[in-house]
Amino acid sequence: MAKTKSETKGDATSGGDRELTFGGVWNYAPSPEATDHVVLHKRHELFVGGEWVKPKTGEYFTTIDPATENVLGEVALAGDKDVDLAVKAAAKAFPAWRKLSGEDRARYLFRIARILLERAREFAVLETLDNGKPIKETRDVDVPLAAQHFFYHAGWADKLDLLFPGERPEPLGVVGQVIPWNFPLLMAAWKIAPALAAGNTVVLKPAETSPLTALRLCEVFQQAGLPPGVVNVITGDGKTGAALVRHPGLAKVAFTGSTEVGKEIQRAVAGKKVELTLELGGKAAHLVFEDAALDQAVEGVVRGIFFNQGHVCCAGSRLLLQESVHDLFVGKLRARMARIRVGNPLDKNTDMGAIHSSAQLARIRELVGDGQASGCELFQPKCELPAKGFWHAPSLFTGVTMSHRIAREEIFGPVLSVLTFRTPEEAVEKANNTAYGLSAGIWTDKGARILWLAERMKAGVVWNNTYNRFDAASPFGGFKESGFGREGGRQGLRGYVRLAGGLLPG
Amino acid sequence: MASSSPVEFRTPPVDAVALETRAADLGTRSIKKASKVQGLMLAIRMMDLTTLEGMDTEGKVRQLCMKARRPLPSRADVPGCAAVCVYPDLVPVAVDACRGSSVQVAAVATGFPAGRTDRATKLREVELAVGAGATEIDMVIDRGAFLAGRYGQVFDEICAVKQACGNAHLKVILETGELKTYDNIRRACRIALLGGADFLKTSTGKVTPASTPPVVLLMLEMVRDWFLETGQMVGVKAAGGIRTGKDALKYLVLVAETCGDRWLDPRWFRFGASALLTDVLMQLEKERTGRYQRATDFSAD
Repeated sequence: MAKTKSETKGDATSGGDRELTFGGVWNYAPSPEATDHVVLHKRHELFVGGEWVKPKTGEYFTTIDPATENVLGEVALAGDKDVDLAVKAAAKAFPAWRKLSGEDRARYLFRIARILLERAREFAVLETLDNGKPIKETRDVDVPLAAQHFFYHAGWADKLDLLFPGERPEPLGVVGQVIPWNFPLLMAAWKIAPALAAGNTVVLKPAETSPLTALRLCEVFQQAGLPPGVVNVITGDGKTGAALVRHPGLAKVAFTGSTEVGKEIQRAVAGKKVELTLELGGKAAHLVFEDAALDQAVEGVVRGIFFNQGHVCCAGSRLLLQESVHDLFVGKLRARMARIRVGNPLDKNTDMGAIHSSAQLARIRELVGDGQASGCELFQPKCELPAKGFWHAPSLFTGVTMSHRIAREEIFGPVLSVLTFRTPEEAVEKANNTAYGLSAGIWTDKGARILWLAERMKAGVVWNNTYNRFDAASPFGGFKESGFGREGGRQGLRGYVRLAGGLLPG
Repeated sequence: MASSSPVEFRTPPVDAVALETRAADLGTRSIKKASKVQGLMLAIRMMDLTTLEGMDTEGKVRQLCMKARRPLPSRADVPGCAAVCVYPDLVPVAVDACRGSSVQVAAVATGFPAGRTDRATKLREVELAVGAGATEIDMVIDRGAFLAGRYGQVFDEICAVKQACGNAHLKVILETGELKTYDNIRRACRIALLGGADFLKTSTGKVTPASTPPVVLLMLEMVRDWFLETGQMVGVKAAGGIRTGKDALKYLVLVAETCGDRWLDPRWFRFGASALLTDVLMQLEKERTGRYQRATDFSAD
């Protein structure tokens, strides 16, 4: 039986005379971020060899604003020939780029970081338009963090010998990078910055549905005077990406995206002398113990699953609650979910924006439907969703077991599944009972328990009493079907160098 | 009331980083146009206009009361403040000056600000202030007893003061700047709620830091949970260090998104401040005219 518990009587969190109501006395006036300072180009060409070139295919596709379904512009569709030209441009640029001193490469990266921050507002607005995520996040997370990645890696560019002492780190060559649509600019920065710092050249393929900020980043490269061909950006669909990762001119492929595509890529490069980094899906668990700071744990869980509409590979999509606090915690969580402001992503007070695409919305709805059909109880706070665009209310499933699809499959949307545990051992077993292993969140006030649990989590990132915190200095990556290799930090740079081996003294 | 064992005063832990993150996050709300004007008007209605100086005189208190009654004489739509807050000896002056208006007279008592005097003197001070016509009493808790772990003593004193207050509203000042940790503040909130506080108040204004957004957020969470637990509403007063209209709006956002509609009312949320009012009026006039006015356009009381 499908069961739905939704707020019907006003926007309230508790019944009867102990009812809390919200939004009846004081409402925030709309506060949209201005967009007139952002010039939207009608047509985007490919960025190859430092220039904008028309695609050999002669074809273009459109990219839309998921919040309104308005067309934002046309983007070139790169075919095999275009991919080949881009890889050749990167190969041509490689010898000179690798010969540059670390200080000189650092200078370019610092310049890119500074220009990106100078144009921060423009990038934040463009990202929000093309992706659907709230301006609050692009302004406070995506853009500053993208700049931080350039700053951070600029700092390493002349210190690679210190990072790998005596091992003669050398660049790999041309790196093919394919990135997803959930953090278009940030993922571009994650991929490009370490590659350039280590002396590689790049061909980057942004996601089909969110190419605009990566393309605009090319303007920053031009502004910074980056030598032609060091970074090439080619846009297109899945075929373009497939052609890129199969190109024989690549020394390395770095991919962030779905596990399904990641496996395809791994098959494609099997048996070749091509390095591979995969950052794939996740089904991360929060483990909330009864002694945790519950009000703050609620905040962390909300941040964990509703940040970026849940379009986060490390989203905490399973909430494992100690049985003794289940009812209390779920009550607090529902009340808090009712405070999430869903709507116009450009409004500075919006907490949750639009679902990125109709395809993703269909996927989310399919899994939510399955959760309902299989007997889990769905809670969605009352919120008015805009008529146009792709939208999904924040959703919470209770009564979920490890056998339900919504507890096993990555939903990649604002849907949280609540399960329970009785003992720490059971919590560990359930948290690790998944094909993925990207991240986990531990919520307890006991230091010893944090360490005990963190040791046992089969996950690349374990957050303690916080969630979805990122830093350029902190390595990020997964276990099992969440992929391999790390991005960020010293560990991330390791993926962009070949260690040629030590020289004997004298 | 008999002293209770400290075990009853145990409260769940607070995570400092996450609490401060949430408060900062709510601090980024963008309050514009009509919502800004409405918020500023509400802030005036919630204001306890305060003067707590050794140099306070009858004249100073009368000026303050006039300002509380009519903050902006040129505009009839600007409401009066909630209360004036003075030392006990000046209560009769304030009562006289506020007569016929909705402005309440609040008195600090119990050896304000340090509270370092004996119980009998504290209670006598409360009785005198109430007898002189104060309708609200702002007491300080015994931070020495609290930090020494004598929670029962703190609780007993709040109960005794509550009794001495009679019908007057009791605001319990925790002096959060001296309790230092959020866990301490949370426990002190619990003790005050059990002791019968009508209001939880952050600070005396004599200690730095005074009111901060994370502390007020924590207090709001406590009164919200108390309400859900018991059905009783308890107010929160943010006092000290709030100087600008922008700050006041940030506090109102905390109220609006933590406790909701019921608490967006002078009966359940107050600002204790002296300099805040002038900036709020300046912002209101800026919203009306589109320009900032000179400081001399506002009364200096």
